[in-house]
Amino acid sequence: MKLQGTLHTAMRALCRNPMRALLTTLGIVIGIGAVIAMMEIGQGSSAAIQKSITSMGANNLLILPGTASSGGVSFGAGSTMTLTPGDYEAIVRDCPAVRCGAPIVRARTQLVYNGRNWVPQSMSGSTPSLLEVQLWKDLADGECFTDRDVLNSNRVCLVGQTIARELFQGENPIGKELRIKNVAFKVIGVLSAKGANMVGMDQDDIVIAPWTSIKFRVSGSSLTNTNQSSSAAASAVNTLSQVYPSNQVALYPDKSDTQIADSMLTVRFVNVDQILVSAISPEEIPAAMQQITAVLRERHRLQRGEPDDFSIRDMTEMSKVLTSTTTLMTNLLLCVAMISLLVGGVGIMNIMLVSVTERTREIGLRMAVGARSKDILWQFLVEAVVLCLVGGIIGILLGHGGSLMVEAFLHWPVETSPTAIVSAVGVSATVGIVFGFYPAWKASRLDPIDALRYE
Amino acid sequence: MNLIELNDIRKTYHLGEIDVPVLKGVSMAVAGGELVALMGASGSGKSTLMNILGCLDRPSSGEYWLDGQEVSRYSNDQRAMVRNQKIGFVFQSFNLLSRTTALENVTMPLTYTADFLTPKERHERGMAMLTRVGLDDRSHHHPSQLSGGQQQRVAIARALINNPPVLFADEPTGNLDSKTSEEVLRMFKQLNEDDGITIILVTHDVTVASHARRTIHIHDGLIVNGAYSHASTDSKPAGGGL
Ligand SMILES: Nc1ncnc2c1ncn2[C@@H]1O[C@H](COP(=O)(O)OP(=O)(O)OP(=O)(O)O)[C@@H](O)[C@H]1O
Ligand SMILES: [Mg+2]
Repeated sequence: MKLQGTLHTAMRALCRNPMRALLTTLGIVIGIGAVIAMMEIGQGSSAAIQKSITSMGANNLLILPGTASSGGVSFGAGSTMTLTPGDYEAIVRDCPAVRCGAPIVRARTQLVYNGRNWVPQSMSGSTPSLLEVQLWKDLADGECFTDRDVLNSNRVCLVGQTIARELFQGENPIGKELRIKNVAFKVIGVLSAKGANMVGMDQDDIVIAPWTSIKFRVSGSSLTNTNQSSSAAASAVNTLSQVYPSNQVALYPDKSDTQIADSMLTVRFVNVDQILVSAISPEEIPAAMQQITAVLRERHRLQRGEPDDFSIRDMTEMSKVLTSTTTLMTNLLLCVAMISLLVGGVGIMNIMLVSVTERTREIGLRMAVGARSKDILWQFLVEAVVLCLVGGIIGILLGHGGSLMVEAFLHWPVETSPTAIVSAVGVSATVGIVFGFYPAWKASRLDPIDALRYE
Repeated sequence: MNLIELNDIRKTYHLGEIDVPVLKGVSMAVAGGELVALMGASGSGKSTLMNILGCLDRPSSGEYWLDGQEVSRYSNDQRAMVRNQKIGFVFQSFNLLSRTTALENVTMPLTYTADFLTPKERHERGMAMLTRVGLDDRSHHHPSQLSGGQQQRVAIARALINNPPVLFADEPTGNLDSKTSEEVLRMFKQLNEDDGITIILVTHDVTVASHARRTIHIHDGLIVNGAYSHASTDSKPAGGGL
C-alpha cells in the first residue's frame, strides 16, 4: 500500500517529463532490444545448426555385435552374431532415452533391371522405422513398406535417387520389379535426395527392403556372417571374382539336400548385423548408452565381470562440435548483452543524477511536508527501476519485432526465447536498482533547507 | 500551556573558522488560536527562526516546545513526522510542483502520511481543501496556468491538508502585488478566526502586520518586543525584551 503510493509518485514524476524519460531509457531500450533480437536470432541459428547436425546422425547410436576371436586372432567388430531382432525390440521398448531404432541387415549384391545392373553402396534390410532413425524426409514418390511386409518377408523395396537415376534411367521406378540376386523385388517407393554424408559417401545410392526379405531371400543363410556371405554372394555374379577370388576355401564338402534337411542345425535365433537407434536429444546420448548396455547385458545373460558381447558407437565428434558452437555463441551473446546493458545503466545513472540536481527544490519541498529520507530514497529508486523496466519492456517488444522482421525478410531461423525475455526483465530491474541507487541515496541525504534554497 | 514555546533558542552558523551567530537567545510563546506577525529588518534572522519553528532546522541550543513536546532534539525522521502532521508551511515562492495539477499539489503531503488513504479519499480531501481556499474550479490547472495569488492559495491548501494546528508563513505575500496580498491575508484571517488555526507570518509590510493581533519584532537575532501575549506576560517575565 505504501509502495503503491511511491509507485504512483514515481510514475507522476516521470510523466511530468515524458520526453526526457524516454530518452533516458533509450540506452536500456537499445540494450535489451539488441539482447533479445540477438538471443532469438542466435538461438534460431543454433537450433538450425543443431538440427542439421542431428540430421547427419549426431543423435544416432550404432550397436554392433561383439568381436569374435579365436586363438588370439580377432576377427574385428561385428564378427559374432549376438544381436537379434528381439534385442532391437527390447531396446526400443525399455530405454526411455531412445527415441526410435531399427535393426539392420546388410547385403552387397547386384541389382538387375531391364538389362542394366548396378551394385549399390548400401543395401539395408530393416524396418520402416529406419527412415525415422536416419531422418529421411518424406519419400520422393510412392510409399514405405510396412511392418506387415517385414513379418511376411514381402519382396518390396525402396530405392534411393542414385539408383532411380542409374538403374531406371529416368523411368518411374514405382511398381517396377528389379532383381536382387535373382530375387524379384517390387519397387514401392523412391527416397528423397540426401546427398553425400560427412565422409563423402553417396547416401542416395541405397536400397532398403524389409530385413526379413534381405535376410532370408537374399543373403540366404542366417548363420553365415554377412560380411563374408555378401562378398560370396556378390562374387557369384561378379566375373571379377575369378581374378580376385574372395571365396573361402571350403573346409567341408557341400551338404546334400538330404543332409541339410536332416541337420539339427536349424536356426535357433535370427541375428541382425547392426541396430541403429536414435537418442531423444544429443544430451541424452550417455543415458541412452547406459540403458542400452543394461538391457543388452540382461538379455544376453552376461555375468558381472564378463565383457560386453556388443559395442555401442556414438558420433562423439559431431556432438562435440555441436556443443562447442552453441556454448561459444551463447557466451559471445552474453558478453555483448552485458556491455550494452552496462552502457544503458550508466546512461540511467547520469540522467538520474541530473534529475536529482534539477529537482533539488522539489526534494526539499517534499521533505518540508513530511517526507523522510527513506521516502525520497525509495521514490528515486522506484523511478529508476520503473524507467529501466519500461525500457526493458519496450526493448523486448522492439527486439522481438526486429527478430520477426529478420525472419520475414531475411528468412533467418528465429526462435522465441521465454528465458531471454524473463531474464531481460530481471536484468533491467537490476540495472535500475544498481545504477539508480547512488542518485537516490544522494537525493535522500539532502538537507531540507539547503534543498529549498537551491536555485 | 502554550502551543509553541521557545526558551533561549540560539543558532550559530559556522563558515569555516568564523562563527556567525544569527539567533542569540530567542524566547517567546504563542498560544493556540493566535495570529502573530513577525517583523524585522532584512538579515535579522526571521527566516532562520521560522525554519526552526517549522522543524526544518535544528537550533544550536535551547528548547522548543511544540504542542507539549520538546522537538529540538528529535531525529530527522521524527521531525519529518512532526512536519507532516502538526505543521503547515507556506513559502514566499509558493514552491508548487510544476506540470502537476493543483489538486495533486494539494494532496502531495498525504503520500507521506502514516495512515493509508484510498485514492478516492485523497481526492475528496484535496477537493475539500481547494474549496476552502476557493479554487475548486481550478483543480486541474497547472501552476503555470494560475495567477500568483491563486498559486499561493494552492500552497496554503497544501499546508492545511493534514489539518495541522499551526501554520507558518515566511513572507507569504512577498511575491504578490498589494491587491492579491490583501486576498491572501484575508484567507489567513479567515482560517484563524473560523477554524482556529494558529498562524505565524513573517512580513516587512506594516499594513500586513496590522491584520495580526500581535506583532513580534526581531532585531539582530533578538526579540525586541511582543515575545509574549499580554495574557501570558503576567505569568512569565519578559525575556529578551527591552
Ligand atoms: N546557511 C547559512 N550560513 C551562514 N549564514 C547564514 C545562513 N543562512 C542565513 N545566514 C545568515 O543569517 C542571517 C539571517 O538570515 P535570515 O535569512 O534569517 O534573514 P531574514 O531576516 O529572513 O532576512 P530577509 O528579510 O531578507 O529574508 C543573515 O545575515 C545570513 O547571512
Ligand atoms: Mg527571510
